Amino acid sequence: MNECVYVGENELIGEIIRVTKEEITIQVYEDTTSLKLKENVKLTSSLLSAYLAPGILGSVYDGIQRNLFNLEERIVKGAKSFPLDMEKKYYFKPSVKNGEYIKRGQIIGLVEDNNFIYKILSEFEGKIKGLKEAEFNIKETIAKIRENSVRMLIKRPLRITNKIKRVPLNEPLITGQRIIDFMFPISKGGSASIPGGFGTGKTVLQQTLAKYCNADVIIYIGCGERGNEMTEILEEFPKLIDPRTKQPLMNRTVLIANTSDMPVSARESSIYLGITIGEYFRDMGYSVALMADSTSRWAEAMRELSSRMGELPMEEGYPADVSSKIASIYERAGKIETVNKEAGSLSLIGAVSPAGGDFSEPITIHTKRFTSVFWALDKTLANARFYPAINYLNSYSNYIENLKQWWEKIGNWSEIRQEFNNILSKDEQLQKIVKLLGIQALPEEEKLTVYIAEIIKEAFLQQNAFDEVDAFCSAEKQMEIAKTILLIYNIFKQGMVQKIPVEILKNQKIINEFIQSKYFIKNEEYGKYKDLRDKTKQYYEDFIKNYGE
Amino acid sequence: MRIEYEGALEIKGNLLFFETIENVGLNEEVTIRSNEKILKGIVSSINEKITVIEILGEVYELDLQNIKVEFKYKPVQIPLSEEMNGKVLNSFGEILDNSIVNIEKYQNINVGAYNPAKRLYPKDIVKTGFSSIDALNTLIKGQKLPIFALSGLPNDEFVAKLATQIEIENSVVILGAIGLRHERAEFLINNIVKNNQNVTVFLNLANEPAVNSLVLPRSALTFAEYMAFEKGKNVIVILYDMTNYANALREISAKKEEIPGKKGYPGYMYSDLASIYERAGILKGKEGSITQIPILTLPDDDITHPIPDLTGYITEGQITMDRNLYKKGIFPPVNVLTSLSRLMNSAIDKTHKRFASQLYSSYAKAKKIEMFASIIGEEELSETEKKYLLFSKKFEKEFINQDIGRTFEETFNKGWELLKILPESELIRLTDEEIKKYING
Repeated sequence: MNECVYVGENELIGEIIRVTKEEITIQVYEDTTSLKLKENVKLTSSLLSAYLAPGILGSVYDGIQRNLFNLEERIVKGAKSFPLDMEKKYYFKPSVKNGEYIKRGQIIGLVEDNNFIYKILSEFEGKIKGLKEAEFNIKETIAKIRENSVRMLIKRPLRITNKIKRVPLNEPLITGQRIIDFMFPISKGGSASIPGGFGTGKTVLQQTLAKYCNADVIIYIGCGERGNEMTEILEEFPKLIDPRTKQPLMNRTVLIANTSDMPVSARESSIYLGITIGEYFRDMGYSVALMADSTSRWAEAMRELSSRMGELPMEEGYPADVSSKIASIYERAGKIETVNKEAGSLSLIGAVSPAGGDFSEPITIHTKRFTSVFWALDKTLANARFYPAINYLNSYSNYIENLKQWWEKIGNWSEIRQEFNNILSKDEQLQKIVKLLGIQALPEEEKLTVYIAEIIKEAFLQQNAFDEVDAFCSAEKQMEIAKTILLIYNIFKQGMVQKIPVEILKNQKIINEFIQSKYFIKNEEYGKYKDLRDKTKQYYEDFIKNYGE
Repeated sequence: MRIEYEGALEIKGNLLFFETIENVGLNEEVTIRSNEKILKGIVSSINEKITVIEILGEVYELDLQNIKVEFKYKPVQIPLSEEMNGKVLNSFGEILDNSIVNIEKYQNINVGAYNPAKRLYPKDIVKTGFSSIDALNTLIKGQKLPIFALSGLPNDEFVAKLATQIEIENSVVILGAIGLRHERAEFLINNIVKNNQNVTVFLNLANEPAVNSLVLPRSALTFAEYMAFEKGKNVIVILYDMTNYANALREISAKKEEIPGKKGYPGYMYSDLASIYERAGILKGKEGSITQIPILTLPDDDITHPIPDLTGYITEGQITMDRNLYKKGIFPPVNVLTSLSRLMNSAIDKTHKRFASQLYSSYAKAKKIEMFASIIGEEELSETEKKYLLFSKKFEKEFINQDIGRTFEETFNKGWELLKILPESELIRLTDEEIKKYING
């Protein structure tokens, strides 16, 4: 089962997916035009695997790890391209000594490439010998453990995951998106789903996360999506500089592009390929964030394959095991303690493309079951060009408790977050009345709720992905903006006690200054918010005191 | 030497079930002869006993006993020649007036996927002359931007105007007419071809067999790729109507007894549509480009129907039509609020971005106020809100509505003029300089 095979004259790559006494069924990962009856099948006696070694970062692969830079304009049948550079020499610096007893997964040395440190982990257990500091290519033997040659290049089957020791998820994956980090955060090692009909901004959001999140390594999978979108990333990422490492983003990224016109079966393997590469870096003790756009295309690929095999379909034609397959993917997210006592994590963020934008379809439902964070994209918000179009009422995160301690170091997170949630849900109820009767029909107190909700939406939840300053917002700046909103809320309450209409309170120029501040106050200048708060407070104290005179 | 085989087992619609012959490959071309009739076909599935052939053409009078099949052992190809430019052709690239051209070569109509690492990201504006598109949903060279048409609206007029107004240097237009009714096809040919020497039409009428509809877009795109990437032209491909295509796909799928997905459309429709739509773009190191404008009529005005839904997931935005605007006499009845061009942001300058954003948000706000006014009455509205109503009315009548094509400059002037209706304090998406220059200046 799951052995990799070559089919026919052109040696199309395939995988055995069903075995009976008389027959095997092969899933071919390429276009089968001109394939004939009675063609030869070459067995490889190896499972469909990923090749992993230094130099893998910065690569662009298709769903079966062919290096796309080395392929032609059109992907021709049977094209082969080894995923890694076999000849390039890397300087290997041992971190253990000859004769030492080595455990599996232990670091035996380091290799630097493009300013990224690859930790070379042992695949074997035993006494190490023949180890030396020198230049090697990835297939050369760098040491021996018992009779086994240790090489930098390793091969891991895509569909098998190794047993890991999980540790609690207590650190957030900071994405720079306020509505995510502050309201519906994801932990490093967590799993999230982004469902949304077309035009709701799934891809823009996935790309934004890939650009700004604070993971060490990014794996981006374009699974059955538009070709030009992958091209956009390919052109953009080398130009973007990672603010933390000052290196081009592409140096910490692996792209897997299996666009919508590529063979369907390779769409299915692309997700497993991405996860396997992610686990390679996780085991080194790095934090890895994997974005898959979109897992629905992956599920549809399974549906197509199962219907070709004549399996009995379940809801909407999907095979019965679709939910366990979805689970098996998201369960590979997690945070671990490595053999070397380092924390490595793999976060999985999967976009879902529900047919007709209907969240009750099977893939959205099952994905929701197996992920802990749910960012529901909303057509109405998207049409109003509200970005990110995450519906703040339907979305949730199960990591609030895990991350409380981390956030409370910056400020009064839980309390402010709760207050925001209260205001937003109360606003939602009031909006129904506003739509019918207009805002003037509300009593002053409720006008205040509606108005503060508007500030939260406008100044906090909404972000401009194309604005240099606002595209990424640090945790500290998020906290400062949130605190300022709360201050305005409290001042307005005082104003109301003095019977000042909300209409008048909100129409002060200083409020506009605050709403615009997210574009002008840079992340590292978040201290300026304190001045802004002092100024606002002073202004309104005077204003309230002098009102009516 | 021509080798023909006998062994027809069954004809079912356009499917011919045939005894399997050795060495035949999937998707390869065949010629079917029965008495006087000669037809083309494609091998669509093979097992040890039966080969299924899709017959391209009319099957009446086919005589099961007398069918002879010649296998070509190569995939379906069409002839290619620069001289085809400006002609009317059928689904198989054959010129309908029987004029003879020098064929340069033959090319498979099914080709491998484009390598995304060898594409160039589209960044150049294509002017359409329609303000609703140029200003707010700008078309980009190499983009695939579908139009979601509605039945009963002047779709044909819109398509014809679009095809003749499009402005891009060194360009040719290819119209792929898929499953169109006779009068509609005639209207389009008369209105587009007459105004432009560089229009090639691939024609497939409604009464032709469904399989021809499946071949047509692929033939048209094969010719488009030849003109773009071998002859360096900027090609505009209009595929009209993709709803007919999808229905043909469903028909054939049902005859093959495949397990149906949503609303009877096959589960692989997404991949199948993608193999058409993805054949747009620009390639590294090549001169030309393919800009694709697929047009599909929404079944029952339903945007969540599988055809527009799957199309929306593959293409780079959409231009949507609006029945209410049509009733108000607005042409073209483009609903700019639900339309979207995904590629425009990287192509337009900052002022254009803010201009579009301001028009967009003002119109959206005006629409809300309109709805509100219909509940509480116009008299209850504030002065500002009344200005929004005026803006909205003029925006539809003077900006979206147009008889003749506008230049970019005319579109912008019109837009700035309309924004002057609103109080300056409402124009928050513009910079102070822009307000000074365009609103007060």
